[in-house]
Amino acid sequence: MTIGLGHYLAVAAILFTLGIFGIFLNRKNVIIILMSIELILLAVNINLVAFSTHLGDIVGQIYALLVLTVAASEAAIGLAILVVFYRNRGSIAVEDINLMKG
Amino acid sequence: MIVAALFFYLFAGICVASAVMVIAARNPVHSVLFLILAFVNAAGLFVMMGAEFLAMILIVVYVGAVAVLFLFVVMMLDVDFAELKQGVLQYLPIGIVIGGIFVGELLFVSLTWVIGAGIPQAITAPIPAKIPNTEAIGLVLYTRYVYFFEAAGMILLVAMVGAIVLTLHHRVRVRRQDIGTQVAREPAASIEIVKVRSGQGLGSNI
Repeated sequence: MTIGLGHYLAVAAILFTLGIFGIFLNRKNVIIILMSIELILLAVNINLVAFSTHLGDIVGQIYALLVLTVAASEAAIGLAILVVFYRNRGSIAVEDINLMKG
Repeated sequence: MIVAALFFYLFAGICVASAVMVIAARNPVHSVLFLILAFVNAAGLFVMMGAEFLAMILIVVYVGAVAVLFLFVVMMLDVDFAELKQGVLQYLPIGIVIGGIFVGELLFVSLTWVIGAGIPQAITAPIPAKIPNTEAIGLVLYTRYVYFFEAAGMILLVAMVGAIVLTLHHRVRVRRQDIGTQVAREPAASIEIVKVRSGQGLGSNI
């Protein structure tokens, strides 16, 4: 049994779904939601690298590198916003985030 | 070949299991640690696919920076996580419905898709056979995609400045060194010359 492109795509699909499932499941906890977003981006990266190595095109890995960059900055900014919000309100529950009455 | 399949299932299994634990763990610190485990196993999958550079970058960036950042924030905030965990079962059915629909759609797609006929001819940067993966990425990243590379650098710079600006706050009652005031101080405003007579001292008139 050889491991082909489909196996990696299946793993990426499962990881992506787990990320979405985590967002739905932990709707009150912003930290877990951020971690779920990281899982989703990891799944996207696995897809990009799988197609890149399967088709023999290195551009997919370049894009995976850019996605990694954006994911790192998103985590940094998200956690900074979280720290500021906790300092102002003393809580990080999602239902308390209603300052803008959205 | 059987060893490769074995390692694939090992990495993929641990990766998926720890992803489940990330969203299911009660303690967020455990979630972060399982996130690290998931990323390390994803790096193993990258190595198996032949993308060694990205695997190492994944470990350096995620395990070394992002996950530790998460760990710091989770441990720094004094939050009652048990209270945040309470409504989980309420959202479980809708989550299972959405996740099931999503997995179903992905499986339908994955059963029927094929790589288009024109795709192998349209490859922009083929992976060279002789040189290592890191060198191949460098040869393409710094030439054809150099603007993307600089844009990534700008994004990181903006993220760095933004994170510092967001979290920096000046406390009000903290004494700080103000170099401008120190340098602008005049002798007239800061010292006073007092003639002291011998035997009398300063007395009480100061």
